[in-house]
This record gives sequence, structure tokens and C-alpha cells, in this order.
Amino acid sequence: MYKRIEVFYKDELPDPLGNAVRSEIAAFGFPGVTSVRVRQVYIIFGNVGENDLDTIAKKLLVDTITQHYQISDFELRILDFGHHVVEISRKPGVMDPVEQSVLKALRDIGISIDGVKTAKKYLIDGNMSKEAIGSIATRILANTKIEEVFIYPETPNYDHGTIRYSFKKETVPLLHADNKQLEEISARGQLSLNLSEMRAIQNYYKLIKRDPTDVELETIAQTWSEHCVHKTFKGIIEFNGEKIDNLLQNTIMKATKELKKPWCVSVFKDNAGIVRYDDQYNICFKVETHNHPSAIEPYGGANTGVGGVIRDIMGTGLGGKPILNTDVFCFGIPDTPQDKIPKGVWHPKRIFKGVVAGVRDYGNRMGIPTANGAIFFDDRYIGNPLVFCGTVGLIPKNKCQKEARPGDLIVVAGGRTGRDGIHGATFSSAELHEQSEQISGGAVQIGNAITEKALLDVLLQARDRGLYNCITDCGAGGLSSAVGEMGQDLGALVNLERVPLKYEGLSYTEIWISEAQERMVLAVPPEKEKDLLELFKSENVEATIIGRFTQDKVLRLFYNAHLVGEIEMDFLHKGIPRLERKATWHRPTFEEPSLPDKEDFGADLKKILSSWNICSKEWVIRQYDHEVQGSSVLKPLQGLCNDGPGDACVITPRLGSGKGIIVSNGMNPRYGDIDPYHMASSAIDEALRQIIAVGGSLEQVALLDNFCWGNTNKPDRLGSLVMAAQACYDIAIAYGTPFISGKDSLNNEFITDKETIVIPPTLLISAVAIMEDVRNAVSMDIKEPGSLVYIIGLTRPELGGSHYYYIHGYKGNNVPKVDAVLGRRIMNALSLAASKKLIRSCHDCSEGGLAVAAAEMAFSGGYGMALNLSAVATEGSICRNDTLLFSESNTRFVVEVRPEHQVQFEGIVKDIPYGLLGKVIREPVFTIYGLDNKPVVNESIYDLKEAWQAPLRW
Amino acid sequence: MLKPKVVIFRTAGTNCDCETQYAFERAGAKVDVMHINTLLANKNSLRDYQILTLPGGFTYGDDVSAGKILANQIKYHLAEEITTFINKKKLVLGICNGFQALAKAGFLPDFNMPDQEVTLTFNDSNKFEDQWVYLKVCSDKSVFIKNSDVSVIYLPIAHGEGKFITKDEAVLNRITMNRQVILRYVNERGEEAGYPWNPGGSVQCIAGISDPTGQVLGMMPHPERHIEPTQHPSWTRSGLKEWGDGFLIFKNAVQYAKANF
Repeated sequence: MYKRIEVFYKDELPDPLGNAVRSEIAAFGFPGVTSVRVRQVYIIFGNVGENDLDTIAKKLLVDTITQHYQISDFELRILDFGHHVVEISRKPGVMDPVEQSVLKALRDIGISIDGVKTAKKYLIDGNMSKEAIGSIATRILANTKIEEVFIYPETPNYDHGTIRYSFKKETVPLLHADNKQLEEISARGQLSLNLSEMRAIQNYYKLIKRDPTDVELETIAQTWSEHCVHKTFKGIIEFNGEKIDNLLQNTIMKATKELKKPWCVSVFKDNAGIVRYDDQYNICFKVETHNHPSAIEPYGGANTGVGGVIRDIMGTGLGGKPILNTDVFCFGIPDTPQDKIPKGVWHPKRIFKGVVAGVRDYGNRMGIPTANGAIFFDDRYIGNPLVFCGTVGLIPKNKCQKEARPGDLIVVAGGRTGRDGIHGATFSSAELHEQSEQISGGAVQIGNAITEKALLDVLLQARDRGLYNCITDCGAGGLSSAVGEMGQDLGALVNLERVPLKYEGLSYTEIWISEAQERMVLAVPPEKEKDLLELFKSENVEATIIGRFTQDKVLRLFYNAHLVGEIEMDFLHKGIPRLERKATWHRPTFEEPSLPDKEDFGADLKKILSSWNICSKEWVIRQYDHEVQGSSVLKPLQGLCNDGPGDACVITPRLGSGKGIIVSNGMNPRYGDIDPYHMASSAIDEALRQIIAVGGSLEQVALLDNFCWGNTNKPDRLGSLVMAAQACYDIAIAYGTPFISGKDSLNNEFITDKETIVIPPTLLISAVAIMEDVRNAVSMDIKEPGSLVYIIGLTRPELGGSHYYYIHGYKGNNVPKVDAVLGRRIMNALSLAASKKLIRSCHDCSEGGLAVAAAEMAFSGGYGMALNLSAVATEGSICRNDTLLFSESNTRFVVEVRPEHQVQFEGIVKDIPYGLLGKVIREPVFTIYGLDNKPVVNESIYDLKEAWQAPLRW
Repeated sequence: MLKPKVVIFRTAGTNCDCETQYAFERAGAKVDVMHINTLLANKNSLRDYQILTLPGGFTYGDDVSAGKILANQIKYHLAEEITTFINKKKLVLGICNGFQALAKAGFLPDFNMPDQEVTLTFNDSNKFEDQWVYLKVCSDKSVFIKNSDVSVIYLPIAHGEGKFITKDEAVLNRITMNRQVILRYVNERGEEAGYPWNPGGSVQCIAGISDPTGQVLGMMPHPERHIEPTQHPSWTRSGLKEWGDGFLIFKNAVQYAKANF
């Protein structure tokens, strides 16, 4: 039994959401809509009288200045007459954060109800067909995977009843299954286990002479998923006749081991890598991917991606405080025509908007600045977007180690457990296809940031009071992974019926593997139990004892005194058979364009500035609170009008200390099509040169790797992965920058009825550097007319994979390479110059090369430039202007220096390649003279800026 | 009084408490950040403080509407204590979410009025936005900042629900006549302007208001994010000042408390 309260804006006031929806609908191709008004509907469950409903509305739900309300029964629907009416609400069981807040608020005003849920009711005016309204409802307003849609006169019904669960211990008949049956069991259960793994499990159960229970098999599947154990990276790979036993240890981790940096505190073992910061604190950093959930529900996928990586930091050591978020996305092309969108896929623009909103709503609510990021577009991400979420944390030096002890209580804290997110770990380890959205809808979740924020607040206090011995996050695999990991060397006993649930009806297996958000698992010594529970209660955060750690190295699961699972930890964690795979790679040959070396490249420059990858991302950045915590020193948007594209961000996590960190990222999948080795090298170089560009140094830089690849069961995809990993080793060693953490997400392919769309091999390199004095930071906007403009570094004819070729429809072959020996000298020289405050502005040359870097500096600073290409330092002789303008050779910088510092600056760079290109001029004109001294670019900086800003001015 | 005491309320979703604490400490105060449950359990503890601050954040997720649930907690459980606090000439500062809560609890523009008179509603752009704004100081009414000290300051905003509107013209006229409008959004030349200078579309470009006594200030921009000179978005162009523009607000509050208690 329920009642409805509808809240809506007074007619004379604008309805901002309604207006936004109207523009969305028009942009989607339904121009006939004249007006949209939105009503917020609260569905109040329980026996609540009219008076109480009035009180609820007046005291809580309505802003009397702007809104009216109606307590509506369905007779009132006559009022909707004349509009098209669509009502949308989340399906039962899907997180609705408003619910908890409203229940809390009603307790504050002394009214008790059974429950509440919300819906949005859209009153749409305009001459539209019924079909059009249907399309608008399901393709623009709702995501039917998680939401119910009612198009009036269909009557919404929110009496869903409750699902009861009656206990029955389930076993899976495995002992006598043949290979085909084993594969069927894996497929039917969405376990993502291959045949050799299923057979290993079968052999284990043959030894102990019984069939597994369902929860045991699920536990093994979660623990052995690609997502959790990285079996490809740790397997045996035969590449070009050579056997690589554990790619991870032979490349990325090997670099760290050989570099032996004393400031690496914890690498590749905890939830995040930890490096030294100052005398009291360390810095931890983790970047995760949340690709498949974001493909199916962009908002929820990104939302929980952010929430998840924040929990990684909360679960690093004894808990870090999150101080910065970085988010990098790869999407399909935003203006792809609707008829080119494969079935079962959202339009890339909708994915883009949904993902940004998801990151925004979680990061902003958590009070963590999102101050770094990047967005990359390629049509091959259309069915499988990539969402990388990273968090940096600050952690006291004496809180970096943790260990659960026998007898410690297992406490689950934070959010409650529901049926959401079942099979996330195994789902993320498989390919997406047209029906993924139906089969794996349960893997999609919505986060509740405030639950996580309250949990964070109380956890940091518990940490400082020493109330627990160990902590980890509940991420992929839920309690199964968290408890399984923490108790790996001990053993654990869990009473599943004690886990607090959002609603009834969950089986013991669902409780164990649910990936419901905002939960952490703690190991609490019995003598601290009381203090811990009191502390959590004092801030309304739920914490519940669900079991204890033992010492017999067995995991035992009970449900109301029934033993439902019993597995040896050794088998669970060490029983997985090694993968053996073959890898190959053959260099593809792309057509080499023969473009005319024109007299005027102004139009090309503007076209490159307008390309999706290079254009301004201000629309995204401004929606993120990038200044909360007050720590920002170099913000993502810089210059005269605070709108230029900064290279890396600089923050001071300890206010007033003067010391800071620099965070950057590098990625260029376009190079990977030509050569994955050089792509990976270039990504590292890019991340490092952004650090140098803002005034940092290579002194203490830690790297993170995130590999997103296609299906690595296929030898060519695996071959390119091997090459990229080998580049990571080579370049990290050459630059002296160790990796401290990483992650891989494989099987990023989308299968349609016609074809398989494989994402380009995508390696994101994230970097964090320590900056001793943030007042040495350098921004990218030019500052003063009369300054000298230099290019530092060597330009080579490297247009393969460049944006210049891209806008002309080519890939080419001559991909940029990295000379890290020279690169290191260049970077060290610039760091020295920055520390002596000789650099007025600096920008790294990346996509679009010298021309784009210099143009961005000019229009961000509000002045013109007069530059000459004959001054560019080149390898060999380059006789084409377009190569000099747009080559994307690595380790190059454009630098502004005051005339009075010329001698001093040139003294520092004299042994590395550099060229004095020209000057900053007061007139707002950007001119580049070609090799024959005639202008090849001559444009107003305002026109260049407009070209750069227009595409994403949404 | 040598070291005035500031209490900063915190609850689920508060997130600007640390930098607000830092700002007051730099201004010479002693600061306690207190969970609202602690205060509700011992309401008398408010007596120990001279300045009460509701910092920015998304209390209770801004579910229902921004600051509303916190506003109800204040209105129905702490009204008497806060009224006494103000009557004792003490100061109350609400920043961003804190301003939204004070407005919706009826403490601004005038806690003697029975009903809510102003609100902060969704930005016309229907977007959360983080950007820097110029603010004209329009009055000498507020203890926190006076137009005799400074004419224009530069601070960041970061909100989705910051459009200030009043119940009716009468309220708008009253607070204007009464010099309770303390901060208005202006352009770089100090003139009132539209979007993006007035980011949410506030009526008469209003960004911050005072109560009639000058002891209560609510403002959408974040003064605590412009204390250190390196917080300025273009300090690399213009050089480092001694203090960011927001510091004055905290300094004035602490000076007042030192002088009066």
C-alpha cells in the first residue's frame, strides 16, 4: 500500500531539468517537442494518513519558494490530460540513494513510514506520435536495464511485493561431468572458467570425494577470474619462439625491482602502490577500469567505478585519505549517425554524458577533487567504451602495513548487501555482445556516494585509534574476494545470515558474491569490538560482525548453522592452472599518404584543434569539483580566461606546506595500430613530459599501467600486449621511473551479428611525482609579449598515427619512437631551468605536434606569436613544413623564456637539441613562418580558440 | 579573548570541513569539527564557541534538495540553541551547502520570520559548475566583510543549486533596503552581468546575504578555497599575493570574536 506525492516547479518559474531534457530530445531528432516539465514523484509506502502526507510534503519534500505539490491518487491523473506523460523509476532492488536520506529525514521530523521510492514524471508537450514518445522514453529518458517505464495511460504500479527466500543447500554435479558438461556448467553459471580450470576444480573435488556446493564453485570462479588474478599476465606465453614465464614479473615488475628506489614503500601487493611523501605521510595511487558496466549503464558504471577505486585507497595499508581523482575515458565518436550504431549499444554521446555525470556525482559528493583526466575518441570504442578511474591518497607512514590475526572478528561496514552486482568479476572477464545488457543486467549498479563518505569519515578515525588490524574493500567478487583474500594465510568462518541486507530474499550464495557498493571488510581484535561498533554507530554507519578469522587455512561458510561451503585456502588461491598461450605479432603496413606541402596550413591547424581528441574538454572539467580540499596549485584549466589546457595537475595535499604532488597521464591508442611497442613508449614519455612541463623533475616519479586490450586468447592481440609490456620495462628503466601498481582489462571486444569490433590496444600510463616547492610550478599559457619562444627536443619525420594524418584519413607508418637516453637529458635540463625560475610557460608537444602546442599556449595566454620553422632542431634534414608543424615526435616542449633569461636558459639547454623559434607578440595573431620564410600559418588567436572550443560546447 | 573558538558542523556528506578549519586556524582561531550527532547529544556544548560554521558539501547527498535535510535538523532540533547563539552577538557562517541549509531552515535572511523567505535552487544551466567568480562587496552590514575594506574579491564557486531567489518582491526589496545583500556576482569590470559571471542566474546577481544583525552570513562562493596565494587560478601570471581574497572573511570574524568576547 502506497501513496504518491508529486513535487513540481511553479508554472511561472523555469524548470531547469525539463528544459535540459527538451534540448536533449530535440538534439536526438525529435524537434516537435515544445515543452517538458518534470515532476519528482515520491512513493510513500505504509499506512500514512493525509495529514502526515501533507506534513511530509510541506516540511521536507517541497521548497515552498519554488515548488508546489500534489498528493495524488490516480483519479488526479485527469490533471495530466493534454500532455504526453512518461513516468520512470528504478526497478526494485536498484539503489535509490534518495530513499535512505528521506527515511532519515522523516525520523528527524517524527514520522514513520514503511519505505519510500522515487520516480520522475515527464509531462511532454508537442505534436508527437505514440511511437516517438516510446522512443524518447526508452532511448533518452530511461535505461530499461535498471528502470521501469510507464507511458500513461498505462498505470504505474509500485506494489512489487517481497521475495522470500527459503533455504536449500545446492550442490553442483561435477564429479562425473565430462568436458562438454563442465563447459556447460561454467557457461550456465556465468562463471567464465575455461575447461582446464573446470577440470582442476573437478580433480580437487574428486580428491575430497564430493560435489561442490554452488557457493564453493562461485567462490572459486570469483577468485580465479581474470579480473582478480590476471591469469594472462601471469601465465606462460610463447612469443616469437621465446617462452615468457609470467609477463608481469618479466617486464613491469622487473623494472621496479631493478630500479630499487628507496622511496617505493609498497608495490604490486596492496590495493594501491605506496611511495614516500614527507616525514609523516606517504602517497598511494591506484587506477582501475570499469568498462563493461559503463557500456551497459554509463551513469551507474562510471559512478561505481569511481566509488570502487576510492575504496581501493580506503583499503590500502590501514586506510588512506583520498586526495585526488583522475578519470580517463575512451568513447566512440560523439557525432556518429544513429544508423551506424550497432544493435544493443548506446549512442557514444549518451555514453559520454552518462559517464561524465556518474563521475561528477560520485567524486563531487565524496569531496575529492577531480583535477586530472583525458578523453580519447575512436570509432572502435563504440560497443566497448573504456572508463579508467584513479584515486590518489595520503596515508600516515605508520599505517601502511596491515595483517589480520587468528581470532580477529570479520566486520562488514558501510552499505547493505543487495542483489546488485552479481557476477561483476566474471562478467568483466568476458566479451560483450548484443545480449550482454539483458543477461548481465544484474552486474550493473548505482552508487551511493554519501554512504561511502560517511564510511570514510568514520574509518579514518578508527584507523587513527588503532581499532582494527586489517582492512580491504569489497569490490569485484564481493565478500567472497574480500574475506578470501584477507584470510588467505589464516582461514575464516563466516555466518552469512548475519550480513545486513537491503531487502529480503537473497540466497546465501547471493549474499556471498554480491558486489553491492560502499562496503569495507575489517579484521577487528575482539578487545576493540566495543569501541569500534560504538564509533561507527555514533555517526550512523552500519558495522556488523559476520565471522572470524581462524588458523586452519580453511574457509567455512555457514547459513543459519548449516555448513554451506568448506574450501581449503591453498586450493582456492593456488589451485588455478597456469594459462599457456601463443602470441605473435606482425607489423601491419598502412598506406603512406602523399599530401601536398601547402602554402597555408591554417585550415589544417583549425581542423586538428577541432578534432574530438584535441578540442577543449572544459564542458567536462567544469562539472567536476576540481578545487575541493583547497589543494589545487595548477588547475586543469589555465591562462588568462582560465580555459587553457593544462598539462598535469599540481596539488598540495597538506595545506600551507609548500610541498606537493604532480599527477599526469599518457595514452595514444592510435600509435598502437602501427606498433604497440612504440605506443607504450610514447605513453610513458607523454606522462613524464607533462610532469616536466609543469616544473617537475624525474627525481621521484612513480608509474601506473592500465592495459585494456581485446581478446588475448587470440595470438595477435596477445603479441601486441607482450610488446607493450616490454616497452614498459625498457622505458621505465631508461627514465628511472618504477611502476608501483597496475591493472589489466582484457576481452574488450564487442560482438555484433556481423562482426567483432576490437578496441585498439589501449595503454594508459598514469604518473605521480613529488614536487618539493609548488611555487616553482609552470603553467602552459604564454605570459608576456616580447618573451622568447623555444622548441626543446628533436623533431623527426614521425607522422605515423598523427592527428595530421588522421584529419586527412590516413594512418601512415612512421610512428613516433622514444630515445629515452636523450629524453632523460632533455627532461633534466628543463627541470633545472624551471627550478631556477627561468621558464615563464611550457607546454608539451603531443597530439598535433608543435603547431597545436604553440597555438594552445598563445590563445590561452591571450597573445600572439611569431615563430619560424627553420629554427626547429631536427634529426637529419626535414624539408617539409607540414612535417615540422605536425610531427608528433616525443620528448619535445615549447617553452617561453623572458629575454633577460636568454643567456642563462641557453646555457642550461646548450647540450640538448633546441631551437629559438621566435617571440610572443602583443597582437593577437598566431604566425608561423615556413622554411622559405613565408607564413604557413597566419591566424587570429580568437579564431583558433573558437575552433578548439566549439565542438564540445554542449 | 586571545583565541576564539570555532565549531564546524559535520555530517554525512560534509566535505569542505578540513579547508574551512585550516582557514580559521590561519586566522588565529581554535577549531573543533563536530559531528552533528555529537552536538545533538549535548546541545549545551554550543555555548563554548563564538563562531559556528556550516561548511560546504553535499549533506545527505543533497537528496530532496540541496541542504534541505540538514536544514530540517537545525530547524527542528537546534533552532533555540542557534537563536540564543546569535542573540549573544556570536557569529554564524554558512558556505555553499551551509548557506543552502541556513536559507532553507529560515535563519537567513531573518531568523525572526516564521517561514522560509529565500532559497537556492537549480542553476539555470541545470549543471554543477566549478569556476571562479568576481564578487562585489555591496554593504557594510556584515561583520565578515565590508565594502569599506574591499570592493571586489575573486573566489571559486562549485555548485549545481546556487540560483538565489526570494519568495516575492517584498522580501527582495526588504533585504536590499536593509543592506543585507553582501555579495553580488559581477564581471571583471565590477558590473553586474549574466552567465557565466552570474553562474546560476541569481536574482539581482546575489551571491551572499546577511541577517539584519550582520552576524550571520550565507554565501555560495568558497572563501576557504582562496586562502593560500597558490589557490588563485592564474597566480603563475600575476604572481603570488600574501593572502588569497577569501582570507579576509575568516580574519574579520576572528578579529570580531577577539574584540567582543
